[in-house]
Amino acid sequence: MTASVLQFDPIRLPPECDVLRGEVRAFIEEEIAAGTFDPMDKSEGDRFNRPFAKRVAAKGWIGMTWPKKYGGQERSFLERYVMTEEFRAVSAPTGSFFTADRQSGPTIMKYGQEEVKNEILPAIIAGDCTFCIGMSEPGSGSDLFGATTRATKTDGGYLINGTKIWTSGAHQADYMIGLFRTAPPTKENRREGLTQFVVNMKTPGITINPVINMVGRHEFNEVVFEDAFVADKYVMGTPGQAWKQATSELAYERSGPERFLETFYILTELVRVLGAEPDLRGSEGVGRLVAQLHTLRRMSVSVNGMLAEGLEPTLQGSIVKNLGTLWEQALPARARDLAAFVDPDPTNMASFQRVLEFATTIAPKLTIQGGTTEILNGIIARGLGLR
Amino acid sequence: MSDRDTIIVDTAARIFRDLCDPQTLNNAKDDSWKGPLWDALEESGLTLTWVSDEVGGAGAGMFDGFDVLRVAGSYAVPVPLSETLLAGWLLEKAGITCPAGPMTIAPQRAKDRIEIDANGRLSGAAKQVPYAGETTHIAIVAYKGDRPHVALVAAADCRIESGRNIALDPQGTVDFAGVQPLRCEPAPISADDLQMMGAAARATMIAGALETAMNISVQYAQERKAFGRNIGGFQAVQHNLSRLACEAAAATAASGSANEAIANGDGLAGDAMLLEIASAKIRCGEAAGQGAAIAHQAHGAIGFTQEHVLHRFTQRLWAWRDEFGSEAVWAVRLGNAMAGNGADALWPLLASR
Repeated sequence: MTASVLQFDPIRLPPECDVLRGEVRAFIEEEIAAGTFDPMDKSEGDRFNRPFAKRVAAKGWIGMTWPKKYGGQERSFLERYVMTEEFRAVSAPTGSFFTADRQSGPTIMKYGQEEVKNEILPAIIAGDCTFCIGMSEPGSGSDLFGATTRATKTDGGYLINGTKIWTSGAHQADYMIGLFRTAPPTKENRREGLTQFVVNMKTPGITINPVINMVGRHEFNEVVFEDAFVADKYVMGTPGQAWKQATSELAYERSGPERFLETFYILTELVRVLGAEPDLRGSEGVGRLVAQLHTLRRMSVSVNGMLAEGLEPTLQGSIVKNLGTLWEQALPARARDLAAFVDPDPTNMASFQRVLEFATTIAPKLTIQGGTTEILNGIIARGLGLR
Repeated sequence: MSDRDTIIVDTAARIFRDLCDPQTLNNAKDDSWKGPLWDALEESGLTLTWVSDEVGGAGAGMFDGFDVLRVAGSYAVPVPLSETLLAGWLLEKAGITCPAGPMTIAPQRAKDRIEIDANGRLSGAAKQVPYAGETTHIAIVAYKGDRPHVALVAAADCRIESGRNIALDPQGTVDFAGVQPLRCEPAPISADDLQMMGAAARATMIAGALETAMNISVQYAQERKAFGRNIGGFQAVQHNLSRLACEAAAATAASGSANEAIANGDGLAGDAMLLEIASAKIRCGEAAGQGAAIAHQAHGAIGFTQEHVLHRFTQRLWAWRDEFGSEAVWAVRLGNAMAGNGADALWPLLASR
């Protein structure tokens, strides 16, 4: 068991990735030149930009690994990796399609009914379709299987009642993939009885209330369901067995470049303010940060290479997210420290301070969203045979 | 290590299991285990993994040599195997045939410089040379003016001041003053190349030793009972061991990436190779420190005894992180290179790997 924990083969991105990378960089340059976004302006909110999504879709870069029959390109996971990391490295406004591209689409592909696949996947690929994830509830966050929002069988579908919370982007989303209780938990297994559904967010009976975060932004929401009807065809997989379905997706969700590049701009700007000849602590600090980041990226590429080969490196994905989010969270404080004695060109320093302030305030969320440090340590301990 | 020749790794693992069992070595009253271990390694060809078969080596690839070093690290092997591999690699660059027996290399420290005078005699000293005094030969990088040479030196011709490193493995100061090398040839190599290869070797050995430190820590936590249950059942212990696994994983990935870069790359020059090798030594050195601390914490008092094998791994983690450049030394070098390239060159370099 423990040997597989350490399986991180030194996979390199294949040559076709270089071509794609060139195309993505050229596209990003055009978008920045056209004023679509400013990589240094962190006031742009959650980077939600539908016209941008349409132009990315026109390039064929949303759902690029998906089957051609739904409009996908059947390109490799490693090509998708390149596209994702290039967008992340410049903080491109991928907010309207990222969730659907990373996990909602693949989940529908695996567990959705054919009619629903045909309805939704082409729309995601066209850049027209935004997803949110309905997992956490007021009484259950990390404890996913404690969800109590009910989906009760009715004629031709289900009636949903209850409340989801911390739902990022629910106010902008077209659909939610939600986890609802269709049966009470069994004595033997409290995870039984939960079912995944695709829910149209325009469904009558759904109320979305904003929850403003500490940076003053509206990303979180509370989503209240009152007899919201969902047709049978939107059931994903086997009713009551969602707990078996959720875990295989985690390697995708946890191993990507978004799990360590969230504050990457801080490192770039730190190198900029330190200048060509930094003091000793500046160069040592940058050297360590670069070594750590390079290692994280090599681990992440390795996991994605395994995914491309059809393996399920769930444990390795948890290791990447654990180390990656701790790193990106610590980065602002370390950069602040390393820049402490810099007497820089005021223009550089002002913009460094501005992004540093932003990164410092968003840092706490990085080890909470998508699986907390504590949950990840538990998963890894289980992989070691300790639980 | 998948997809690669596993025979050489299996051979190494078998020899170490039979002749280099950590508990057996720990209990040994003398060094009588050393001879049979070395003979088995030499007989199997493992000591010359990095020497091509044309000049009497095993003719295996760079990857195979690193795989052997990882396994050696996982047994905390206390003989100059990595040094002999590195010596063979050096000598081959100069077309010098390897002698039999264990070898070491110099200089190990970046600041030590060995010179060759007009009569072909050496000057200069190298400090903290691993296994100095335990090997018959030393392979060195020396300079005639600014022209690099590789030389093979008889250890008996040098003045060696023997000592021990933090793991109590032999190391010493070698004074080359006045020594006439057995062979000396110009070579397309620099003392820095030896630093790079040595750093990659030590990083790889650290990854191997961390794997074992993790395994024995997990096993201990599953066996040791306190408060009526296995200590591995306590969440605080579980989370510590998870962090140890993360550090071991990072060391594996960082060293594995450097190994691949060296095996499939074209020489050791350039920013990409610096990024790969410096990152491996920095990240593995950090993992060595953090991993050793967690492994000891998990073991409690028993891990702090002579009798228990844990120290065989943790003390070598501390020794290996120091050799061929510590984390801080490589970090300054890597940081300076990144600063010199400028902020906007950082992402393209990272993404190119």
